[in-house]
Amino acid sequence: MRLLIVEDDPVLSDGIAVGLGLSGFTADAVGTLADARAAVEAGGFAGVVLDIMLPDGSGLDLLAELRGAGSKLPVLLLTARDRVRDRVLGLDAGADDYLGKPFDLDELAARLRAMLRRQEGRAAAVIEWNGLRLDPATQSGRIGERELRFSRREFAILHALAEHPGRILSKTQLEERLYGWQEDVESNTVEVHIHHLRAKLGRTFIDTVRGAGYRLAEGGP
Amino acid sequence: MSSIRKRLLVILLAGTGVIWLCAVIWIQHSTRTEVGHVLDRRLQESAQMVASLIRRNGGIAGPDAAALVGDAPALPDSRHDFARQLICQVWGFDGQLKSESDGAPTGQLAEQEGFSEREVDGEVWRVYTHVDADLGIRVMVGDARFMRERLVHGVAMGLLAPAMLILPLLAALIWLAVRGGLAPMDRLAQALSRRPATDLSPLGETRAPAELRPMIEALNGLFHRVEGLRDRERSFTAFAAHELKTPLAGLKTQAQIATLAPDAATRERALAQIAQGVDRTDRMVRQLLDMTATENPIDSTAPAEDGAKILTDVAGALGGLAGARGVTLRLETGGAEWRSTQAALLAPALRNLLENAILASPAGATVEARLARDGGRVRFSVLDRGPGISEADRPHVTERFYRGSASPSGGGSGLGLSITAAAVEALGGELRLTPRDGGGEHAEIILPGEPAASTA
Repeated sequence: MRLLIVEDDPVLSDGIAVGLGLSGFTADAVGTLADARAAVEAGGFAGVVLDIMLPDGSGLDLLAELRGAGSKLPVLLLTARDRVRDRVLGLDAGADDYLGKPFDLDELAARLRAMLRRQEGRAAAVIEWNGLRLDPATQSGRIGERELRFSRREFAILHALAEHPGRILSKTQLEERLYGWQEDVESNTVEVHIHHLRAKLGRTFIDTVRGAGYRLAEGGP
Repeated sequence: MSSIRKRLLVILLAGTGVIWLCAVIWIQHSTRTEVGHVLDRRLQESAQMVASLIRRNGGIAGPDAAALVGDAPALPDSRHDFARQLICQVWGFDGQLKSESDGAPTGQLAEQEGFSEREVDGEVWRVYTHVDADLGIRVMVGDARFMRERLVHGVAMGLLAPAMLILPLLAALIWLAVRGGLAPMDRLAQALSRRPATDLSPLGETRAPAELRPMIEALNGLFHRVEGLRDRERSFTAFAAHELKTPLAGLKTQAQIATLAPDAATRERALAQIAQGVDRTDRMVRQLLDMTATENPIDSTAPAEDGAKILTDVAGALGGLAGARGVTLRLETGGAEWRSTQAALLAPALRNLLENAILASPAGATVEARLARDGGRVRFSVLDRGPGISEADRPHVTERFYRGSASPSGGGSGLGLSITAAAVEALGGELRLTPRDGGGEHAEIILPGEPAASTA
């Protein structure tokens, strides 16, 4: 899950990016509204963590622009202004969730997972497919009684595929979800992670669609 | 005298007493004059009456004639105060006493015609002498002086006695009037003393007497100003609290990362971020304190400090920051003899300018700070080779919590320049921010040259 962090305080911005990375997200951080606009335009983000007071304006303006343009991109407002009136104002401006500073990293991650889940039209936190139960909160899975452990990137790929079983995701789409701007993409990483996943889940769990990408197989292992 | 009530009471009572006393003296005087006229007229008429009676009786033969006047007015009760008010003597031209009334002294009452006064047998007599040349007699009628005095005294006492009785009543009345008149002031004082410190609503002035209204209006004006000041402080505190929440959130997040970190590198990085975050928060707290310091009244009793030393001290304290950023600080303070008692305001103003210049400068650059006298004024200049303030930000940089979009320090508090601006204003000086020739920013604080001159 790739997220855009819009926060001008460098220590906090770094903390959110690193902290969300530990929770299985991929986060890119910008410090100004202008950069945030450019990043949203470039696309590829599943959601936005948006501060309100930014050096070049209010985050609420960006939110209004997004909603005005018909964007359904989930937005979590993160701000020091957390009186009821401010929260109502933020939610009514089109935010999906609201969190006051200072906050707990776990809560931020849980709220983001819930927000993204709702966006995908799911209510249950756990995703089930072909007997596999995936828990995004713990980044672990289970088939029957067998507990499965995944690395952060393995889980991210599996999670992306399991969100829409049957839909084909290209290698580039998967890479986008794996890497932030600062990270170098190694050319065969996606293949390596798919290989590891097949070793854990069974050879037929993930189909390779030649020239298109990957998807979860219809039949169980 | 501090009590208006006592003062009014004393003034009114003393005034009333004095006026009353004057009235008594005046009335006594006019009564004496008036009584004198009336009695004199009576003496004259009595003397003429005696003479006309003697004439009708065909002249005076012997001492029997005394019965004409002497016995006639004699009252049976001689103890009466005004008994025997008049005495009468009839003398012939030959110097013989022809007749006299009872109680008349033995000596002649008067030597001359008309009115005269004479002391006979230890008593002063007022006498009228009527001369009848046809009969060859002098008729003298007199009354005792002390009788007249008694009459006048009686009238005066008749006035004084009720006054003695009325004055205490009047005093009580005055006291009641004064108390009633001052009651609105008491009510105002009570209303003020009952007021809680948080209540700054205006006092109702429609029911107050006209004399108190200016005071109530002045008080309401003061309330209004205090309210405004309190509102500004409240909003500043709220804003500051919000601004501090962001660095706190950063610290908390980094602390959680340090706890959760799967490897040493992540943990080390989080700890370094915490250290950086604490430094930034510390700077922000110091700036908030500086901000409130610029709003305090100027302490004119502080010892005067050398301007060059203030600048050197500030630069010295920032040496660490400059070193860490690879920026060289160059000071020029030569020859400017200037002392200021306002180091408490000047130092934060200079520190924020220098700090901004250092943070804006690329590594390897030089920040220059100069102190110079320019005519009657003193100029502190700070010059850097950073990107300078963008034209879009320039009108807003001295606003509180305004952070430029191209803020090179990476998220300052937005307080630095507003502190400098507020401090310079309190010092009665001027802050000038202009683009520097050849790139960078040229910040100047221009102060009036006289160290004492400051318009707070």
